[in-house]
Order: sequence, then C-alpha cells, then structure tokens
Amino acid sequence: MPKHIPVVEKILSANDRLALENQSRLDSAKVLAINVMASPGAGKTSLIEQTIKGLEGRVRIGMINGDIATSFDASRARAAGAVAVQINTGGGCHLDAVMVQSAISQLDLGALDLVIIENVGNLVCPADFKLGTHKSVLVASIPEGDDKPYKYPGMYRGVDVVVINKIDLLPYVPFRMDFFKKGIEVLNPGVRQFELSCQTGAGIQAWLDWLEGGVKEFRSH
Amino acid sequence: MHELAVTESILEIAVRHAEAHKARRITDLYLVLGQWSSIVDDSVQFYWDLISEGTTAKGANLHFRRVPVSLVCEDCGIKYEPGSDEFTCPNCRGSHARVITGEEFQLEAIDIEE
Repeated sequence: MPKHIPVVEKILSANDRLALENQSRLDSAKVLAINVMASPGAGKTSLIEQTIKGLEGRVRIGMINGDIATSFDASRARAAGAVAVQINTGGGCHLDAVMVQSAISQLDLGALDLVIIENVGNLVCPADFKLGTHKSVLVASIPEGDDKPYKYPGMYRGVDVVVINKIDLLPYVPFRMDFFKKGIEVLNPGVRQFELSCQTGAGIQAWLDWLEGGVKEFRSH
Repeated sequence: MHELAVTESILEIAVRHAEAHKARRITDLYLVLGQWSSIVDDSVQFYWDLISEGTTAKGANLHFRRVPVSLVCEDCGIKYEPGSDEFTCPNCRGSHARVITGEEFQLEAIDIEE
C-alpha cells in the first residue's frame, strides 16, 4: 500500500532561500539592489542608461545584466559609466538566485552604493524567481497596450515600482491610462508609479530622486 | 516557459521527502497551482517524464489541483472571482481588493512505497 506523505513546500523554496542569502550579503555591504523587469523592448536598458548618467558622481552603480545571448546591454551600461557584469542565461527565460549569486561575487560591493539587475525581457517567468534584491521595478511602456496588468497579473502583483515608459507616444497610440491603472490598483494597491519617457527625458528626474533617496536611506541604516 | 526550472524543483523536493521516509519509490505527487501562478500543466508533465528518469520518482503520476483566483473587496466585503479584463468589484465597482486564493504554488503531498 502506498503511503501518503504531506509535504506542503513551496516549489521554488530553494531559490527563495538562496535569494535571502544574496540579500544579506548586499545588506552587510550596505548596497541597495533593484531587479528591473519588463517585456522585451519596453525600455529597461534605456531607463538604466538614463539612471547611470543621471546619478553619475552621486551614486556608485554596479550593473548585472541578464541577456539571452549577447553582451550588448552590458556594453551600453559600461559606456554610460557603470561597472557591469553580464550573465548569459543561454536561452533561459529568467534570472534566478544562483546566477545572481555568482554575478554579485564578481562585483566589488565595497565600492558600490547601488546594484541594478536587468532581468531577461519577459513578463511571466522573472516574477516567480526572487533574486535577493530589495526592490523590484517593472518597466511598462505605452505601445505594449493597456491590458498588460490583466494578462500578466503575477508580474504586476510582485513589484514595488511600476515605471510607465514612452509617455511621449500617448498621442499616437490608443492607451486607456485609467483602465491600465485600475488593473494595477487591484493587483498592487498603492504601488509607486512613475510616468516618464527615456526618449525625451520627461519625468526621469522624479525617478532619479526616488532612487537616490532610497540609496541614501539604505546606507544610513 | 520556466517549467523546466520549476519541474526540477518539484523533483528535488519530492525526492528529499521520499528519502527522509526511506521510500523505495514515489508513485504520486500532488501539486497545488493557483490560476495566477502562470504554470502550464502539460509543460511540467513533459519535463517530468524526461527528468524523473533514473530517479525514485520515475513514472510517478502528477496530480494538478488548480485553484481559481478569488478576491475580497475591501470596500463592500464581498468575495468575487475577477474577470479576464475586469478586476474591480462587481458589486460596488471598487478597486480595493485582497487576494484570497489563486497564487498557490506548492507541492502538497506525495505517495510513496516503502
């Protein structure tokens, strides 16, 4: 007779545990880390470029970049003045805590204030894999359409910040901002939102101020 | 898309619990997946057949229990299931809700032969 054994264990608990280890490593170095997620083409790399330039000389930034096969994005980050480590996921659809653990080891945390992790462009898988970052940032963009919170609830539920990029395209693309925001409100009440355009620079300053404030507050603890 | 990583985790957890009970073989696994957990059953099954090969869980049956999303409206207190493009409360149109079920993502139990 088979015997029934209760298990009740979260399927990704091993990843969750490792993510906690990553976080305590970052905590002891007093380095704030953010996980930037988005669909391909939403503007993760553009936002990160703007962030590195905008905080140059004020915040020391290390960049961990997850890309399926190229190191193009890490080169862009280096060109903008950050220390960058590339993770090639070799076809994987998300970063996980193991990959981030080895990438963190390649950074000199003592010389940094902020680590920005650019996840693989995908609105499904990255939401499930904790990395050990302190804040998760979702970059949404106007041309993607206003139904994304409804189609990818898991992603919208788990983040601390929603950046709405490409607002300069609002006059040209049908996008019901109230419908979009209503979805977010149910999924993630009170989540911080920034509307901006990496192309024109509109709204970027509010994002930079928030991030710099977060870094300072984190270091002072 | 990330079902391979998920399936590997399921196997690791199941084998660890089976070993702790000195099982000879795992015959069944009971998974609980919320509707919002974005996992495709067929895809997990596909990887399962491949990666359970050569383990004590080889050939074990996967049972998926799907849990629908249910929300409670914080404004009027009713419980409801959201639509695919409408999350607001059907009773008061409020958009302050709390998720009650639908995000489960766990291995609930296994059956073993000793």
